[in-house]
Amino acid sequence: MKRIYAKEEYCIGCRLCEIYCILKHSGHQTLVKAFRDEENLPEPAVLVEEEGAISFALQCRHCEDAPCVAACIAGAMTRDPETGIVHHDQDKCVGCWSCVMMCPFGAIQIDLEQGKVVSKCDLCGLEGTPECVAHCPNEALVYEDHGD
Amino acid sequence: MATERYDYVMVGNSTAAIAAIESLRRHDAEGTTAVISGEPYPAYCTPLISYLLAGKVTEKQINYRPADFYARLRVAPRLGHAVVQLRPVEKEVMLDDGSFVAYGRLLLACGGTPVVPNLPGTHLRGVFTFTRYADACKIRGYLNEAQVREATVIGGGMIGVKAAEALADLGLRATIVELQDRILAQALDEQGSAMARRALEKAGIRVLTSRGASALEGQEGRVKAVRLDTGALLPAQMVIIAIGVVPNAGLASAAGIAVNRGVLVDDHMRTSDPDIFAAGDVAEGYDALLGETRPVAIWPSAYLQGQVAGANMAGAEVAYDGSVAMNSIQICGLPTISVGLTAPAAAEEVLEYQSPDGQNYRRIFLRDGRIIGAIFVGEIDRAGIITGLIRDRINVSEFKEKLIGRELGLLALPKEYRRHKVMGPGIEV
Repeated sequence: MKRIYAKEEYCIGCRLCEIYCILKHSGHQTLVKAFRDEENLPEPAVLVEEEGAISFALQCRHCEDAPCVAACIAGAMTRDPETGIVHHDQDKCVGCWSCVMMCPFGAIQIDLEQGKVVSKCDLCGLEGTPECVAHCPNEALVYEDHGD
Repeated sequence: MATERYDYVMVGNSTAAIAAIESLRRHDAEGTTAVISGEPYPAYCTPLISYLLAGKVTEKQINYRPADFYARLRVAPRLGHAVVQLRPVEKEVMLDDGSFVAYGRLLLACGGTPVVPNLPGTHLRGVFTFTRYADACKIRGYLNEAQVREATVIGGGMIGVKAAEALADLGLRATIVELQDRILAQALDEQGSAMARRALEKAGIRVLTSRGASALEGQEGRVKAVRLDTGALLPAQMVIIAIGVVPNAGLASAAGIAVNRGVLVDDHMRTSDPDIFAAGDVAEGYDALLGETRPVAIWPSAYLQGQVAGANMAGAEVAYDGSVAMNSIQICGLPTISVGLTAPAAAEEVLEYQSPDGQNYRRIFLRDGRIIGAIFVGEIDRAGIITGLIRDRINVSEFKEKLIGRELGLLALPKEYRRHKVMGPGIEV
């Protein structure tokens, strides 16, 4: 399947990937409108790690044998056998954090107050190139099929 | 009546069986498949019964898979009749209605049974175990019908703690009686356990440790009190027994299949009969950290074992890399995660982080340069990075101090491992 891959050598830590991920999942069309609606601003499903000169952006890897799906006690994490996307169903999530325990990438964003997983990459619903990739100014994110 | 026959038969309908179905369908889209269980409903999330009891989730929410799961994966659900006999020579199972189902390959995924101690009074009304949906229903029914103000949970493991939390949520005065000197002793070390205890006590739950029950005392057939081994009497109009679960290995042992504490399986989840596999709480598979077989009754292992079993049943060659005991449980608002071996005695070195306010605690246990266990209490963000290092048996000697700083991230990992994990092999730079 096509997955997002990061090239940390090219990442400049600008975090535009986070911004456009938020916009895509905010329900708004423009950045101005999305960010004015602060209360309803979703968490980004891409996480930028940065230390000194090194940085890279990380999303859910949509693993074939996804450990989060194995771990989820609520049936909230499932992998679509057709598309390969690992989906998270917020309505079913009970906030047990088993997925956090199992994800070797630490790619799952949680909210302890809400008691739920709040953000997880959905590859922008497979509607073309994911927003984080499309808006990366330095091509540090690529969307490619490596035959797995 | 002609005997039904399926290429694949799953005995049991929880996570191990569901994982096996999902996995075998990747390898064999056509093979006829049935799932048989004594429980008359679609697969549900067993660990959510405490949430259901507390009213935090609905009946619908505890379904493990969407309603069309069995139809979509072309599986015949034979639900409501338990398998009572396994006949490996005839390659068939007998159900409790006297019917037979023949199989090409069989998966034993029939789980475990709660242990009930040999105490006077366990037969009394108001005494329950708590591992199944039906238990939650019975407990709810009893709460509606009987005057319950005080409830005692015998056993301070995962099930006992979540049961007590649910009872407290329902407004009952709940007490946990634990024989060991601390609760959750299998998962948490002393400090983690003490933090969990404080969270329970803050929610109004009483925790008695180093205490056992010697009898359940009743009146007119209903439980009224728990007699402790100290002689003290603890009033309780309801008792939940949660001292552990043992594998349901009876079917297999009666059929002459090799059983130790659980049904013994090789790294393909195959039992001593080449056409019979076992996975989940019923199985006794390889423990990756202990280097020996043992039953590991936890949800993620059940799924992973089922996944391996399903693939091999369908003719693929997939090996199980062994279980790593792990638990993630939120206790009255306090997140806790424990992975691997967390008894300090097993470790050569222990890394520790504690937030100044005492609310967050992290401990990493090392042996031979590798992580063998970890505990997270409070702040659990990205804990799976550590789990990954444990499961991949990565030598962390060179970067271990980076794992215990306040923020856990992939940047703590050496570049090559990080690239292998995240960037994917073959990425050009």
